[in-house]
Amino acid sequence: MSAAGTRAGPSRNGQGAEPPLARDAAVAGETAEQPPSAGASSLRGRALRALASPLTSRIPPADLDERDPDYIRERLPGLWLLASLWFRGEVRGLGNIPEEGGVLLVGNHSGGNVTPDTTVFTLAFSAYFGVERAFYQLAHNLVLSLPGLGFLRRFGTVAASPENAARALRHGAAVLVYPGGDHEVHRPSWEGAKVDFAGRRGFVRLALAHDVPIVPVVAVGGQETALFLSRGGGLARALGLDRALRLKVLPISLAVPWGLNVGDFLGHVPLPAKITVEALPPIRLREQFGPEPDVDEVYEHVVGLMQETLDALAAERRLPIVG
Amino acid sequence: MRVGARIAVSAPPELVWEAVTDPDRYLHFMAGVTRWEVAGERRRGLGARYRMLMRVGSAEVGGLVEVVEFAAPGDLAWASVTGIDQRGRWRLRARPDGRTTVELRLSYGVAGAGILGWLSEQVAAPTVRGHLSRSLAQLKRQVEHEQGRRAAARRRGADVSAT
Repeated sequence: MSAAGTRAGPSRNGQGAEPPLARDAAVAGETAEQPPSAGASSLRGRALRALASPLTSRIPPADLDERDPDYIRERLPGLWLLASLWFRGEVRGLGNIPEEGGVLLVGNHSGGNVTPDTTVFTLAFSAYFGVERAFYQLAHNLVLSLPGLGFLRRFGTVAASPENAARALRHGAAVLVYPGGDHEVHRPSWEGAKVDFAGRRGFVRLALAHDVPIVPVVAVGGQETALFLSRGGGLARALGLDRALRLKVLPISLAVPWGLNVGDFLGHVPLPAKITVEALPPIRLREQFGPEPDVDEVYEHVVGLMQETLDALAAERRLPIVG
Repeated sequence: MRVGARIAVSAPPELVWEAVTDPDRYLHFMAGVTRWEVAGERRRGLGARYRMLMRVGSAEVGGLVEVVEFAAPGDLAWASVTGIDQRGRWRLRARPDGRTTVELRLSYGVAGAGILGWLSEQVAAPTVRGHLSRSLAQLKRQVEHEQGRRAAARRRGADVSAT
């Protein structure tokens, strides 16, 4: 599951009045968008939009009530088997997460469209705090619109948007965001030990707006589940995928069972790399940075902390995949 | 899935009972247990609740448990309120040689989890059984040390309860 971070911008929860593609464009990221060029409105652009509309129209409206604790509980044994036997998952520092109240869990993201760090962490969180504690994960719109992945909504996965995150935080939930989103999850395998949020600072503004602590969640190992070669950002732009599908990448990897895997749209079978996740102590922004924290300063602090932790976790690994 | 372990402790049941009914001591002798906290007003006895977690594989599993049987100094049983389904039991029996047979049983599972639930119970069983065996070994060591300390104090004529 490739997830995305939140960004400042209009609603992307499917409940607004704008047509889907207009809403897509409205939240297409914090990085500056290229103005529509003559080429973008070309035949190719229209064809891509036509291809995209069946998917974008499938994006469900956000409904926090779709999270089903009983369903999650019944799926925990399967998740446990996957996390324990395949990924040999190890999650540390869950005691750092405040026991109650809203909290923004900010993670680095790895593993392409099959993200083992999310699987391992979701299991650990749900087992540790109990399925009764509301826990939502923000995911890329496309993930929620793909056929066969509707079950994710019952796990508490909602489309990434500031509104959805805000709604969950107002309900006192724990919300897991991956600011790096598709940019980070498809980074080359040799950058596996690099936190790369691409400058996306929406999570800081979100935490400030709702006055909730940030708990950094650092994971290592996900980028060893396939050989990720390139994000294919240039290719995605050239094909207009960024505007049509909100995809800024068209990743290229070597993965089971496809061999050369372009796009990773159908996912892949992840190699059994050991996944280690560590939750860091909560950062209470106004206590630490004063009543009006500087967003850039907080961003640098959080990313710096996460990078230090990721460096330490990576240093523990002796061999790729084996851990 | 039900697993259990048994051990003979060279101490009377009352002394073992003191240990297994004291929530503060669980983290000292229970292997794999990462949390055992009192939840609520009652610290011990029927109806006492504890928030407990045991590390098994990739997760710390457990939840809120409640004491459902408390018969000193022989049987203490608990059942889960939240978290995975579990029932645990301490069973202490005096032996003719003055020692105590201590048995720890744990039944666990997730109702409705189907074949994966069954499979996960089987896969987890050796780990859980190992935790129980090591817990009993540590309990035995601690209680026998306590027994020896009290016996030495008695020989010296000291007030045992004050030590």
